Amino acid sequence: MLKVQNIQTYYGNIQALNDVTIEVGEGEIVALIGANGAGKTTTLMSICGITPPRAGAIFLDGDPIHGLSPENIVKKGIVQVPEGRRIFPDMTVLENLEMGAFLRGNKRQIEQDLNYVMTLFPILEKRQSQLGGTLSGGEQQMLAISRALMARPRVLLLDEPSLGLAPLIIKQIFEIIRQINKESNTTIFLVEQNANQALKLADRGYVMENGRITLVDSAPNLLSNVDVRKAYLGI
Amino acid sequence: MEYFLELFFSGLTRGSIYALIALGYTMVYGIIQLINFAHGEIYMIGAFVALIVAGVCTIYGLSGFAILILAAAIAAVYAAAYGYTLEKIAYRPLRGSPRLSPLISAIGMSIFLQNYVLLAQTPDFLPFPRLIPDFAFMDDVAHIIGSPELVILVTTLITMVLLTLLIKKTRVGKAMRATQQDLNMARLVGINVDRVISLTFVIGSVLAAIGGVLVASYIGQVSFYIGFLAGIKAFTAAVLGGIGSIPGAVLGGLIIGWSESFAAGYISSDYEDVLTFVLLVVILIVRPAGILGKVRKQKV
Repeated sequence: MLKVQNIQTYYGNIQALNDVTIEVGEGEIVALIGANGAGKTTTLMSICGITPPRAGAIFLDGDPIHGLSPENIVKKGIVQVPEGRRIFPDMTVLENLEMGAFLRGNKRQIEQDLNYVMTLFPILEKRQSQLGGTLSGGEQQMLAISRALMARPRVLLLDEPSLGLAPLIIKQIFEIIRQINKESNTTIFLVEQNANQALKLADRGYVMENGRITLVDSAPNLLSNVDVRKAYLGI
Repeated sequence: MEYFLELFFSGLTRGSIYALIALGYTMVYGIIQLINFAHGEIYMIGAFVALIVAGVCTIYGLSGFAILILAAAIAAVYAAAYGYTLEKIAYRPLRGSPRLSPLISAIGMSIFLQNYVLLAQTPDFLPFPRLIPDFAFMDDVAHIIGSPELVILVTTLITMVLLTLLIKKTRVGKAMRATQQDLNMARLVGINVDRVISLTFVIGSVLAAIGGVLVASYIGQVSFYIGFLAGIKAFTAAVLGGIGSIPGAVLGGLIIGWSESFAAGYISSDYEDVLTFVLLVVILIVRPAGILGKVRKQKV
């Protein structure tokens, strides 16, 4: 469904991604794991058009999307929950959710989706008129995921959803991600440093080092791979 | 007491104009962290366009008030076009370059626009017709607040209410707020931030033009240089109130208007600028982000 083909991305003269190829099938959960600075976030930002690749190609259902502006990529159904949640701090929870549905016109459907995300995360309903910046980290992550869902994504990109959260909240968030994937057959591409959790959730995984993909395999295989265990699972 | 009230209202009038111009600085800064030094020139161009429109309308024998509205409308359209073009040719190509580059480009545009009007029009002060009539119902209080002041206050009030509604309630307003709070996140929810930035310049320019028309008809003259001083004062107002904050710009404008008016009335008009800038320095020492400015902490 989503196909990243040999992309090279630069920040100025510094090359951040070197020949990265990733494929995510429809309805799949795919994890991208790697250390700090490996290029995981850059990969997502390249897919979304914020840091467009200088070479290579990105396809959604066979149509090229590299070179499109970020808003057109969102229109195609690729929506990202960025690292650090990036909630609009001075907007209310409800307004943040409305911003997620910015490109959609059908008010009735938006209302339906609002109800849907509030059943996924009941805390958001309680907090709906509170400013986004006043939420706790876990609540912000829930809001960030909900905001992305408000766009009715076909492919949901998640950047470090577990970052800085308590283990119990992480469990809850990962459970919801699985639920989203099951209930609406949303394709999920997940970037994580928390390799253990990510690989338990994912169907397949990619390992990234210094801007390159070094390993591709099914998630269970990666979990039992000696190198991966040593480098990312600390076993 | 009457003297105090007179100064109060004259300060309020000046202040509301500063606020109108300061909004343009603060909105642009809020979104792209650029001090648009050419903003004062947009205000000046608004006043000039109004002068030309007023001249033409007078030939056709329209009444003062009708001319004022027509002149303001046309000036607003012109200023919007200038603001839009300014952003497109002087700032957009520099997006992503170091912050100093667009700043220098802004100073360049300011000098360019001043000299362009200087050459195309005249280096002299031109008289601007008195377009605001004396209302009969204002006769009793005319020694405290005159008809021009009333019109300016009502106009700025309406403008600010409309602006607030636009920003709080409408779709584009929400897009502007989102862009201001996190530009890249705004792009990730599908907002075309280039369009939002253009729109911000257009709105700021319309406000400046309305300010320009009101001031010109209030003090009765225009020149190519009026944008410079008004721009500096309005910029000061924006910084005083907390640059990036919309209520801050209004508050800053009013404080400057009042401090000028009271300094001129109770001390001497030589001191009006001195007091204004002393106030700025003091407030920035106590609150570096401005009165309503925020020092944002990020939660991880």
